[in-house]
Amino acid sequence: MTPEAGFRLRHKHLLGIEPLDADEVRLILDTTESFLEISQRPIKKVPTLRGRTIVNFFMEPSTRTRSSFEIAEKRLSADSLNFSAAGSSVSKGESLIDTARNLEAMAPDMIVVRHSAAGAPHLLARVCRSTIINAGDGAHEHPTQALLDAFTMRQKKGRIDGLEVAIVGDLLHSRVVRSNIFLLKKLGAKVRVSGPPTLVPPGLHRLGVEVRTHMEEALEGVDVVMMLRVQQERMLGGAFPSLREYFNLYGLTEERIKLAHRDVIVMHPGPLNRGVEIAAEVADGPYSVILEQVTNGVAVRMAILYLLSGGVVGELAA
Amino acid sequence: MPSHSDALVMDEAKIDRALTRMAHEMLEKNRDLESLVLVGIRTRGVPLAERLAGKIREIEKMEIPVGVLDITLYRDDATTIGPHALLKATLIHFPIDGKKVILVDDVLFTGRTIRAALDGIIDFGRPSCIQLAVLVDRGHRELPIRADYVGKNLPTAREETVEVHLREEDGQDEVHIVRPGTTSRKPEPRGKEPA
Repeated sequence: MTPEAGFRLRHKHLLGIEPLDADEVRLILDTTESFLEISQRPIKKVPTLRGRTIVNFFMEPSTRTRSSFEIAEKRLSADSLNFSAAGSSVSKGESLIDTARNLEAMAPDMIVVRHSAAGAPHLLARVCRSTIINAGDGAHEHPTQALLDAFTMRQKKGRIDGLEVAIVGDLLHSRVVRSNIFLLKKLGAKVRVSGPPTLVPPGLHRLGVEVRTHMEEALEGVDVVMMLRVQQERMLGGAFPSLREYFNLYGLTEERIKLAHRDVIVMHPGPLNRGVEIAAEVADGPYSVILEQVTNGVAVRMAILYLLSGGVVGELAA
Repeated sequence: MPSHSDALVMDEAKIDRALTRMAHEMLEKNRDLESLVLVGIRTRGVPLAERLAGKIREIEKMEIPVGVLDITLYRDDATTIGPHALLKATLIHFPIDGKKVILVDDVLFTGRTIRAALDGIIDFGRPSCIQLAVLVDRGHRELPIRADYVGKNLPTAREETVEVHLREEDGQDEVHIVRPGTTSRKPEPRGKEPA
């Protein structure tokens, strides 16, 4: 299970889960274990990234991911700068590449990117010398979320290999689902997905998952239920008749939870829409590990920043 | 000179005697055992700290807490050398405020590991004092650091490597000086890094 001492990431950037191999994913998860402890110390700071500059380049709203990265950076003693779309030259019409080149002229060591367009971090990785970390690109990938989800599953279940995982909700707009499928398949979990047919992207089964239209079938006997947020802000309308009907068919209720394994854990990447995809009593209930996901997110991001900062010449470009 | 290329300088009995003497010195120097704690520096400082705690238990019937410190994140070359050593957790499950902390490591060389360990310890609180115990002091300090308890002073050339093998990690207790160009006795050479 444990990679050899001296093993390291073969990538300069973290653009997605898809390019990583299983050993690299395990290395990140094992390294995360050690970083969890730092957040419980009286002095929650280590000097590892002292003198490094990290830009958090967020072109889309984000609370959790951005603050999680920011705390991770501060606990590693890096200097960080937050840069968001509102109030920046992006709102004056500057292109992504021009903005990135200008940021890069200030010589940051890493850029954490959130963008509504899939592939934006990949574009930056081609034009920038800095290390690029994808913090969510369109409906493509959200690698740090998948890593913290996997870490939480491993923490609660002791393994990922052989776990039955159901991912339910708005699969069409979700980058979380894609990164999670890539990761869970690499580590040997079995994944079922479910959502209204209007919110299931065509060809999803080709990623090696079972697609079930009825939520009940997806939940049967699973070890992990991961609920996805209904991304109303991205819907042009007409995906389903009403939020109430959505909840009736795809909301995670205490009744439906009983279909899963009795030791099931319930996960959600946040933000929660209570009463839409998840009932309040389930979100706050004994199965829920939603807030532990947030705690683990900081440790996972510290591990990523640490592993990617050990960069030596000769790595692959991406 | 094959006999000089890999010289056994301490065997199991010598290591044990050195640890016994160090435990006695610790008791002599620290009258107030209630406030004494041992912290082993990963990797081989940890079994040494546990053995010293065992000796103190035999002599004084007192249980001394033992913590584990991983200094990887405090190294001055943490992000400039590669590949990374696999980071392991620091485990100090007791308060160290006002305590006498004895740091334990296998080899004292440049002093940089100890510099990093001091930074690490201080992030857990404010001990009343910090002392240092090492099994081998091989000289060549790059920082103003000295040990309070030394198992063996071992004069070495800079390019030589001191290898400490411990039962808990390597299956046997032995200290060797290995000269460059010769292969280590271990199947996987893991020489003490100059840090």
